[in-house]
Amino acid sequence: MLILKNVEVYYGKIHAVKHVSLHVRKGEIVALIGANGAGKTTLLSTISGLIRSSSGNILYEGSEISGRNPDAIVKLGISHVPEGRHIFKTLSVEDNLLLGSYHRYSFRKSGPVKKDMEKMYAMFPILAKRKKQLAGTLSGGEQQMLAIGRALMAEPRLLILDEPGTGLAPTIAKEIFSHIVRLRDDHGLTVLLVEQNARSALKIADSGYVIETGRIILQGSAEELLLNRDVQRAYLGRDLDTESPL
Amino acid sequence: MFTVFLQFLFSGLTVGAVYALVGMGFNIIYNSTSIINMAQGEFVVIGGLFMWFFSETVKLPFFLSAILTVLAAGFVGLLMERFTIKPLKSNDLLLMIMVTIAVSILMRGLLMFKFGKDPYSYAPFTEGEPLNIAGAVIQQQTLWVIGITACCIVLLFLFFNRTMMGKAMRACAVDTTAAKLVGINVSRVVMISFILSAMVGAIGGIAITPISLMEYDKGPMLAVKGFCAAIMGGLGRGRGAVIGGFAIGILESMTAGYIHSGMKDAVALVIMLAILFFRPAGLFGSVAMSKLRKF
Ligand SMILES: Nc1ncnc2c1ncn2[C@@H]1O[C@H](COP(=O)(O)OP(=O)(O)O)[C@@H](O)[C@H]1O
Ligand SMILES: [Mg+2]
Repeated sequence: MLILKNVEVYYGKIHAVKHVSLHVRKGEIVALIGANGAGKTTLLSTISGLIRSSSGNILYEGSEISGRNPDAIVKLGISHVPEGRHIFKTLSVEDNLLLGSYHRYSFRKSGPVKKDMEKMYAMFPILAKRKKQLAGTLSGGEQQMLAIGRALMAEPRLLILDEPGTGLAPTIAKEIFSHIVRLRDDHGLTVLLVEQNARSALKIADSGYVIETGRIILQGSAEELLLNRDVQRAYLGRDLDTESPL
Repeated sequence: MFTVFLQFLFSGLTVGAVYALVGMGFNIIYNSTSIINMAQGEFVVIGGLFMWFFSETVKLPFFLSAILTVLAAGFVGLLMERFTIKPLKSNDLLLMIMVTIAVSILMRGLLMFKFGKDPYSYAPFTEGEPLNIAGAVIQQQTLWVIGITACCIVLLFLFFNRTMMGKAMRACAVDTTAAKLVGINVSRVVMISFILSAMVGAIGGIAITPISLMEYDKGPMLAVKGFCAAIMGGLGRGRGAVIGGFAIGILESMTAGYIHSGMKDAVALVIMLAILFFRPAGLFGSVAMSKLRKF
């Protein structure tokens, strides 16, 4: 569904993404893990068009999308939930969701959009309760739900999530993750997921990539990665040296 | 005594209405770009002078002249954005503001070239006896100015709160990244905000000219007063600019009436300095909000 080939991204002279190739298959959750500053956010932003790659190809459903503007990419069915949520804080919860449907909204045919809003409220009942509240007054977990709901309002086929669980209480993060699984299983959504907590990301993912200082250093099925010694040492917090001396 | 007060009050409301419109113009652009458009006053001048041109020189009917004037002003706003703001694409707000100053100087030059330095005026919208309220004389045009301003306020409120485009413009102001990600064409929103604020300014110019005359170099003073109105209410807040505009208009007119007319223009500046010193967030703006802002 999404194929990256030899993508390079620079911030001025900083080479943030180096020669990255990856493949997201339809109906899969693909986890991208890596330390802080590895280039995960940069890579996601390049896919959604916020940042331009300097070379390489980004193919979405067979067509080249690198170099296109974010509004064109959203129309093609890629929705990006950015790091730090980026909800419209001074707008109401309802307006945040409504704006999610911006690219397909038409005043005369607002029926489908209204229906989809109801679906979001059914999925995240807490948002229904807070409909009229300013989005900035929501708790962190609620803001994340709103950010995801807003992205879903665009009717994506590929959902890109940048650290949806970061900064949330573990139970809330778990809830968010179970929503992500349900989106894949019940709605057939394809998900590209970046998460600091590598374990919980790999647990729900089908396959994964490990990125280090801008380079993909490892890839495989989620099980493989969970069992990989290097991954365990670097990202899963297991100190194998002390566990098994010699 | 009361009659005189009432007289001052009405003349204050009249100029205040225009300050409010200029202030809202500032807010429209500030809200979608964080730029302070120093050419805001020139759009008011364009309103008055173009209206004179269409109705007195070309001799078009009143309504058509007004519509053409507003459209022309919108077109000037569009040109300004496409040729100065968009190509620069700079994050340096100070630079952008300087560019708007340059544009205002250019516009003033062109206006002087076409219209000369004379003040212009045309007939009030409706003829007839002035109204008499408790002894105070109120020209019908005064009511037009206040009425039109009120309509603009209501329409802008509905636009920003009830329409998708209006909400999208607010979304751009709150979070440009997120606005892009939901598919808003941010560059187009910036363009629309310049068109809209140019039109609002021109409407003010059309309405006020029969009362206070219009000449090519009235822009900067109007911009200062309108800017003052906008920061008095807290930059970016629609209702704030309206209240600020009327407040400055009334204070000015009272100062001119009770103290000295030479002091009139100092009022806005004193208020502006006081606010910048003591309450930079504006009287209605929240301090927390202003800290999140770039400017
Ligand atoms: N706007 C920027 N300008 C310059 N360098 C940046 C910018 N954003 C990120 N970087 C750099 O690019 C690298 C990758 O950052 P990022 O993609 O945010 O990593 P991650 O999301 O994996 O933590 C880091 O070294 C960071 O310092
Ligand atoms: Mg990141």
